[in-house]
Amino acid sequence: MSRVSVVGFAQSDCVRQTPGTTNGVEMLVPTLAEAFERTGLSKSDIGFWCSGSSDYLAGRAFSFISAVDAIGAFPPINESHVEMDAAWALYEAWVKIRTGEVDTALVYGFGKSSAGTLRRVLSLQTDPYTVAPLWPDSISIAALQARLGLESGRWSEKDMAEVAARSLADARDNPQAQRSGDVSVADLLDAPLTADPLRAHDIAPITDGASVIILAAEDRARDIVSRPAAITGIEHRVDSPVLGARDLTRSPSTEMAGAALDVKDIDVAELHAPFTHQELILRGALGLGDDVRISPSGGALAGNPMFSAGLSRIGEAARRVMAGDADRALAHATSGPALQQNLVAVMEAQQ
Amino acid sequence: MKQRAAVLGTGQTHHKAKRQDVSMAGLLREAIDRAMADAQVGWDDIDAVVIGKAPDLFEGVMMPELYLADALGATGKPLLRVHTAGSVGGSTSIVAASLVQSGEHRRVLTVAYEKQSESNAMWALSIPIPFNMPVGAGAGGYFAPHVRSYIRRSGAPEVVGAMVAAKDRRNGSLNPYAHLQQSDITVEQVQASQMLWDPIRYDETCPSSDGACAMVIGDEASGDAAAEGVAWIHATSMRTEPTTFAGRDQVNPQAGRDAATQLWRDAGITDPLSEVDAAEIYVPFSWFEPMWLENLGFTAEGEGWKLTESGETALGGQLPVNPSGGVLCSNPIGASGMLRMSEAAKQVMGKAGDYQVDSARKAVGHAYGGGSQYFALWLVGAEKPE
Repeated sequence: MSRVSVVGFAQSDCVRQTPGTTNGVEMLVPTLAEAFERTGLSKSDIGFWCSGSSDYLAGRAFSFISAVDAIGAFPPINESHVEMDAAWALYEAWVKIRTGEVDTALVYGFGKSSAGTLRRVLSLQTDPYTVAPLWPDSISIAALQARLGLESGRWSEKDMAEVAARSLADARDNPQAQRSGDVSVADLLDAPLTADPLRAHDIAPITDGASVIILAAEDRARDIVSRPAAITGIEHRVDSPVLGARDLTRSPSTEMAGAALDVKDIDVAELHAPFTHQELILRGALGLGDDVRISPSGGALAGNPMFSAGLSRIGEAARRVMAGDADRALAHATSGPALQQNLVAVMEAQQ
Repeated sequence: MKQRAAVLGTGQTHHKAKRQDVSMAGLLREAIDRAMADAQVGWDDIDAVVIGKAPDLFEGVMMPELYLADALGATGKPLLRVHTAGSVGGSTSIVAASLVQSGEHRRVLTVAYEKQSESNAMWALSIPIPFNMPVGAGAGGYFAPHVRSYIRRSGAPEVVGAMVAAKDRRNGSLNPYAHLQQSDITVEQVQASQMLWDPIRYDETCPSSDGACAMVIGDEASGDAAAEGVAWIHATSMRTEPTTFAGRDQVNPQAGRDAATQLWRDAGITDPLSEVDAAEIYVPFSWFEPMWLENLGFTAEGEGWKLTESGETALGGQLPVNPSGGVLCSNPIGASGMLRMSEAAKQVMGKAGDYQVDSARKAVGHAYGGGSQYFALWLVGAEKPE
């Protein structure tokens, strides 16, 4: 089965609020143009299109239909959509190329998180009969998870603050980051609690944004860029939604996805951790040691556009391989309350 | 290199206006349990789950697959959620097939559903779209001008719509899972029913249903090992075009024609009308039967209604269309496309019961969505593809 490579990545600025519609079109048009410019490809070169977005985030049914206006989808295109982070759209596109039906694919994700009250919107991802009526918001659920880790001794508030400090410092080199800065762990720990035990720095910002990745079959990829990031493996798993039925201080689905891949000798890992303690869980689940550079983009704590932040992690990891900054990179995406669903991809420089 | 894949088993619910006796999970499991029993597989045989449904606002749950993971048997496995408007059941089937065709998995469970009684579909569909003039007349009001345009362009007699409706409703009475059961409905009764959106009358519209459909799709070895007949997937295709642009042909959309062209080419079919034995086509309003017959290339443009009028799309005709009763008898929106795919599969598996088309060897499943802009097709056969 032929391998598939990432040949292009572009993302919009991560911002607190865009003036555009929830269709994503205003964010997607310049981002698509940038991805095409970087690869020298155009719309007619793309064999398959796949996107990820959410109607609930947009506050409207069939919101993704308007997004195809950003492509200029005529003549008609071979296209699909997942109601998930676009990292899973990339998975669908990766599968499509591996069937041999197409040899290129463009994946995009977009989300206008600012359109509603995000933490309240996300509470509608829980069981509609027994949990959602209690309106447990996404930050409170994550706070319960963080508390369990603190009380079991798996991490400390200082460990969490160190993740935030490193992420914000790294984000200073990311021109598209929403948050960045040089902050001390001690100062962070002096900040008030937002949702005990979480402080503001522990929580990813509310972000509007979009991102685009172009994939190509390995034999086609070298014609497009000099150093494609070949996907050596990509796996995803889901955990039970029942928060009381699993150990929230672990991520079994990430562990299973990682176990199905070769995650040794990783130089860089871009982890989709919308909360500081979740990075600690993910590093443990994937066995990433201190020698692995974690989320040099600043990660989700520097900007977390819903439904494209996971895809952006794959893009950021691939970008470092394509630029020659890394030989082997890992990327991770998450979805659902308390890291319920997770995807892991490993890429290496295409020889 | 594409691997062969086959439908190993299918299952569906008894479709009804309101299934308030079950939760969403319960509804899905009725279809899933039947599909797994039909395929003679257990949970350990399933490598991945692909779920599809139309907008989350129809049930009022954001990404319900997250809450459904346990009920779907997906916990610890890969779970994908597809959403491509009304064609989603078709697209979901195709994504599930591609997981096997790519060599990634051996057996995939796929399921699609809608449980409209959980929320209010009219509310879900009436939220304004930026920069678009609201139609405010529901799907029937949206599509009625397309139908009028078709009648004007083709010169079709007005009775054709009623003929489709009467045929599909009578077919549905042969299908124990169909929502509407009208074994003795006549063309005259359809013509006498209330006019809703001229020229579409009440009896020419689909119902609003709660329901689910599931399939197990397996690799070549699984298909070979099956005790009973399987449906080999010969070709699939999907196409999308934007909702509105200058010069768009909404009666005979380019996206549908392109999808059909690819399907016939990839399946090695040169004359669809003589080579295909049965068609399950997404017909939510009666007139879409002749419209899609033309769009799919079964007839020349402007000729589709003649096939319907001559009775050749009825059971026993040259090309039985919607022998299951189709969308006009059951419309659990997110599942409707997968029902078309699975009913096509049942025909070539020889499992269509009282609406079995005699010696059906090749059948097409078709779904469309949005404003006639999303198309998903597959062709299945009793024999392995070349």
